[in-house]
Amino acid sequence: MATKVVRRPELTFWEKLYLPQIYCGLKITFRHFFKNLGLHIAHRLGRLKHLRASITYQYPEELRPLMSRYRSRHRLTLRDDKTPRCVGCMLCETVCPAKCITIVPGEHPDPHVEKYPIRFDIDLGICVYCGYCVEVCPEDAIRMDTGILDLAAYSREAMRLDIHELMDPELRKPVNDCSLTFPHTCKVHGGDMKGSWDGIAKTAD
Amino acid sequence: MTELLITKVILAGFVVFAVLNLAGFHTWVERKQSALIQDRIGANRASIFGFRLFGIFHGIADALKMFTKEDVIPAGANKTLHTVAPFFSVLFSLVVFAAIPFGPTLLIPGLEPIHLQVAKIDAAVLYIFAMLSLGVYGVIIAGFASRNNYALMGGLRATAQMISYEVALGIAIIGVIMVYGTMDLGEIVDRQGHLIGGWLPMWGIVTQPIAFIVFTTAALAETKRAPFDLPEGESEIIGYFVEYSGMKFGMFFLADFLETIVVATLATTLFFGGWQIPYMAADGFHFPWGWDIPIDNWLYVLLGFLSFSAKTLAFCFVFMQIRWTLPRFRYDQLMDLGWKGLFPIAVVNVVVTAIIMTVMGKVG
Repeated sequence: MATKVVRRPELTFWEKLYLPQIYCGLKITFRHFFKNLGLHIAHRLGRLKHLRASITYQYPEELRPLMSRYRSRHRLTLRDDKTPRCVGCMLCETVCPAKCITIVPGEHPDPHVEKYPIRFDIDLGICVYCGYCVEVCPEDAIRMDTGILDLAAYSREAMRLDIHELMDPELRKPVNDCSLTFPHTCKVHGGDMKGSWDGIAKTAD
Repeated sequence: MTELLITKVILAGFVVFAVLNLAGFHTWVERKQSALIQDRIGANRASIFGFRLFGIFHGIADALKMFTKEDVIPAGANKTLHTVAPFFSVLFSLVVFAAIPFGPTLLIPGLEPIHLQVAKIDAAVLYIFAMLSLGVYGVIIAGFASRNNYALMGGLRATAQMISYEVALGIAIIGVIMVYGTMDLGEIVDRQGHLIGGWLPMWGIVTQPIAFIVFTTAALAETKRAPFDLPEGESEIIGYFVEYSGMKFGMFFLADFLETIVVATLATTLFFGGWQIPYMAADGFHFPWGWDIPIDNWLYVLLGFLSFSAKTLAFCFVFMQIRWTLPRFRYDQLMDLGWKGLFPIAVVNVVVTAIIMTVMGKVG
């Protein structure tokens, strides 16, 4: 059996004296203290903003920079006429491992598009943020690039996003007002079908 | 007589007001200073009418929280002692300030000269050390009355530590007393105003540098704060105030800060000339290179008081910095440092001081 001799460094005389070591320690803490103090004062005066004085982010006021690949809250991308790009192919609903997506497709007036969602719900309380729905979408119709992280809610119901919120990331619950004109099951109106293609089909041409 | 009483009450009120506020302020300093040292921001959310003022209101928020919390006295605990212990801790740290001179003599026409010192005690040094030693009672009673074995062990740990370091503390001070030849703190400060060789102020740090190091170390151990925070050991060991909640716990907390201020004022008074400013005498500045700037009595008193405050605050700052720099000692290292390190050094310091004084012919 080969034994490995661990040679532990002996303390030198000055280290044993302890006082010089206190001086070394204080040097470090004083350096941090005055550097950060100076930076904080400089920030107050509007200078040296590119140097951070602390590693803390003042969260609600100051958001952390996110990587561009970060998976945040979902959104449905839009066509030029403000209708969803989604063609109701159900691939995302099928691939979703948490089964949090519910799509009800309807017939699109444009024969090249075939289908569109009259209902598109994501239950964020169930979603695992795997991003498969984004990967699988053939139309680039769903993305997770809103940068929204504050997804807390007081009820499970409030965690369920419907097509209104998914199409407009600015929208927050409670949604009282429906701005969508194409036909969809509208939660604002108690789950009834609302809207028509009339105005939109013309502008699309 | 009434006049004297009124001045004394005003002085005492002023000292208690200043010291308690400084102790409250310490909670803010502790948070912010540690934050800056550790590249953080520190508590800054408490606000009054939207004003945050760098989180200075967190102290007030803390006090409000402490006062409104439930005050738990454990079943089987000695109710009286359990209640009295935190008061002991705070009381004995507060009364020490009575003997500390915080400014020169104020002359108001028509009144007796007012010494800016609550109680002019001949043996002020003895009084202070007596009171600091009595502070142990708060700790040991808290541990004993909680009826909790961990608290009792914590109390014993604290007592052993404080008593061990008191020895070194007292002997370190003997050197100072020998040099200045008095135990009256006011006199000690006065004599520190003398100049050695016409230019070097005879401050304690000049005449007794070793005593200063021993005193500071032992005094930091007395305050029971890091790196000597074994009695409390907030991160892993259980201290003597586990069974305390609400403002009673807050009072132990306060006593810690008060003790830090006590130590800061003592270090200022004994080693840094108290309220003295180099070359400042009652009638003005007399610089060794020949300048003379006359000053009035009120300016003299004001400058003296500001000098004392500045030195005390600087010490508080340095102690806080040390508290956030050094890790905690192991218990055997603590005892080693006290008995095998500081105690012999202090004794040798006394002997060497005595020899030097005899050789220089200052005694007898």
